[in-house]
Amino acid sequence: MSTADILAILQGAVTTASLSGVAILLGLPLGLLLALTRWAKVPIVAPLVALYVSILRATPLVTLLLLLFFALPNLGVPIGAVSAAVLALTMNTAAFNCEVWRAGLVNFPKDQYEAAQSVGMRAGLRLRTIVLPQVVRTCLPGLVNEMSLLIKVTPVLAVVGVVDITRAAVRIGAESYEPLPPFLLALAVYLPIVYALVSLQRLTERRLARAEAA
Amino acid sequence: MHDFVVVWSERALLLRGLGNTILLSLAATIVAFALGALVAVVLMSSKPYRRLFAGFVDVMRCVPFLLFAYIVYYGLPSLGLNLDNWSAGLAALTIYNTAYMAEILRGAWLAQPVDPIDAGYAFGFTGLGHFRRIVLPPLLLSAAPVVGNQIIQIVKDSAFLTVIALPELTHAASSIQSRHYIPFAAFITAVLLYWTLCLVIEACVGCFGRLAEARR
Repeated sequence: MSTADILAILQGAVTTASLSGVAILLGLPLGLLLALTRWAKVPIVAPLVALYVSILRATPLVTLLLLLFFALPNLGVPIGAVSAAVLALTMNTAAFNCEVWRAGLVNFPKDQYEAAQSVGMRAGLRLRTIVLPQVVRTCLPGLVNEMSLLIKVTPVLAVVGVVDITRAAVRIGAESYEPLPPFLLALAVYLPIVYALVSLQRLTERRLARAEAA
Repeated sequence: MHDFVVVWSERALLLRGLGNTILLSLAATIVAFALGALVAVVLMSSKPYRRLFAGFVDVMRCVPFLLFAYIVYYGLPSLGLNLDNWSAGLAALTIYNTAYMAEILRGAWLAQPVDPIDAGYAFGFTGLGHFRRIVLPPLLLSAAPVVGNQIIQIVKDSAFLTVIALPELTHAASSIQSRHYIPFAAFITAVLLYWTLCLVIEACVGCFGRLAEARR
């Protein structure tokens, strides 16, 4: 492997990190929004969200990505590989985040909520100042776990031609007829990223346990 | 609508894909669960090679499955180990999920009450016999929901194997789409089939949960 090859894999790492970063930033609030509609039992919307989450959680990311990448242009919506990738990742992670957020909202202590109601706080203020600050803390480990799962499915993006870590490694392996070294380098790039997220998850879990014990 | 008629005319191909997906997932589930149980026994023991297995589990949980499948299929031949796409796909799916199953069982094991486990030793059960007769049955019932989630994960992971040309469900949908150029109908049908499969798995886990509830 030449220096150029190593740089190509690192370049792929930047792509992987930025696409997952965008998907995480979009998927977190979107998942919260979906969870809120289910929590508030908004008529018509809530059952649709439940259906969306159920289907999306059962759909492999490859299948979703191929669907978006090939079907949207066919239906008259022009979409490139990168946009299809971000859309697929966001749709997928929003569905999983919705379940994490919803569990947090459902387990929110009712007495606090009713206390906020009784002092005359409006719904928006209740949500912003009482519910969310606490729910964010209880949901954090689950949300970080979902982030590490998201990173682990990103190699799929290579299927539609996004040059991420995995695709860079495949290309180098195909050119040099020695696929093992670039794959092992790719592995060495993924490991610390996912490991950092897994450690962050453990850390947030421990802090939460300590906060609850206190 | 016409597109779905075309998909229907290709149903044999799609059903073969679905059959292969089920076959792959089922085989991987059974073997990964059995191996995962053995690894869990090692993880819970104080054997000197315990750390080796703990390292294996930790590394697997940080590796993306697709990259692992590539390494098994394209990388191992450099070490002189040539596998066709079926054996490589099945091996990758099984080894990868063995680590997850082991971790799930270890977690459930830690949450078990210790009294029955100690009582088992007191009655003279040792080693694998102790695990199979005393530890495993309650462990199975309490870990069932998480194991169910992992089986759904296995079904979804099996779709990645389309990249090494394994003729599973996503691969079948891809070939229908490239043959007739009907991407929406082909892939939406695949998505709905995956969804059905997961609903069936969830229903089975639900039955198992009721069994656990009845035995409590």
